[in-house]
Parts: sequence; structure tokens; C-alpha cells
Amino acid sequence: MALTKAEMAERLFEEFGLNKREAKELVEMFFEEIRGALEGGRQVKLSGFGNFNLREKNERPGRNPKTGEEIPITARRVVTFHPGQKLKARVEAHAGTQQQQ
Amino acid sequence: MTKSELIEIISQKQQHLSYKDVEFAIKTMIEQMAQSLASGERIEIRGFGSFSLHYRPPRVGRNPKTGESVPLTGKYVPHFKPGKELRERVNSSTAPIQQIDDRDSDLTD
Repeated sequence: MALTKAEMAERLFEEFGLNKREAKELVEMFFEEIRGALEGGRQVKLSGFGNFNLREKNERPGRNPKTGEEIPITARRVVTFHPGQKLKARVEAHAGTQQQQ
Repeated sequence: MTKSELIEIISQKQQHLSYKDVEFAIKTMIEQMAQSLASGERIEIRGFGSFSLHYRPPRVGRNPKTGESVPLTGKYVPHFKPGKELRERVNSSTAPIQQIDDRDSDLTD
């Protein structure tokens, strides 16, 4: 099981008396504003959770794992996530034996 | 963009909701996400990405000051994999990258 936008909207519906459409819209807007900021080159910092940073990666040699053929991996801009101390501490304590991929 | 800027932007776009309501809603969403990971549950947001836990096995660490060996237990760390839409939009952008001023760094936690 995984947390999804539907569950997040459900929670807003239950706790705020927002109607379902408004709750869905707010959840959608939350992720869209983050995507928009990152697309605009802006780093995003969510206190209590973590930071989304942007990195420029240079072209590097790659290989098609099936054929062994060499194909360069083109230069690209990527998003990296760095969990904050608070989130790391909360997750670290998770003693579950069920290993996730 | 910080959490307070995000709240500000969304509350301007959601005129029918008060600033306080938007603030509480966003804090609720972030807390729900943190809670999900803290309880070992993944997060899957289509077009944005997924958060999961990666296991770090126990290892022997070292106290950098004394050189003494310290056994470290295994632990879980949060991991984010950007989704297709986010990857594509970020990669096609030519906007210069702006980091947030260091003065704000303390807000992270």
C-alpha cells in the first residue's frame, strides 16, 4: 500500500469540510506548484520534510545493458531530494522488517 | 521556494479559502507524507514521483576525533525518485538554477 493523492484529498475532506472537488484541487495544486518552482530553476525547501534541489549533470558514457552497445548519457538537469533531520530521525526509528525496494 | 512561500502562492490562487486554511491544509499534507514514511509506507504521486525507504545495513563507524570504532545499527533512509513529468519538465528548462539564501537554511527542519 502507498500514500496517494486520493488519500491526501480524503484527509482534507474529512478534516476541513472542504468538498471533495476542492480537496482534490488543493492536493493537485500543492504538487503542481512544487513542479513549477523546480521547472523554473527554483530550489524547494519544505521544513519538517526536506529539500528538492536541482543539479546539472554532464554527459557521461553509458551502455545499453541488453546489447552492450556504448551510448552516451546526455547532459541533463535532475531533481534530487534531501530529507531534513526531522524526517530522517522519524524514518530511522522505523523498525519494520518489511524491506521496501 | 520555502513552505511559507508555497502557502502564500496557493492562498492567492484559492481566494475562497483563508490564508489560515491553506496554511493548515499544506501543513497537514506535509505531515501526512512524513507520517507515511515514518510508518514504513511508500508515497506514490503520479507525475511527481515516489518516496520510499532504503535500508542501510549495520556497519562499523569511527569516531573521527578519537579514531575509536563505533558499531552502527541498520537504519532506513527516505529516497525520492522523480516521476516522468517532473523529470521532463525540469530537464527541458533553461531557467538559471537559484538556491535559497543560506539565511533560510535553518528553516529546513
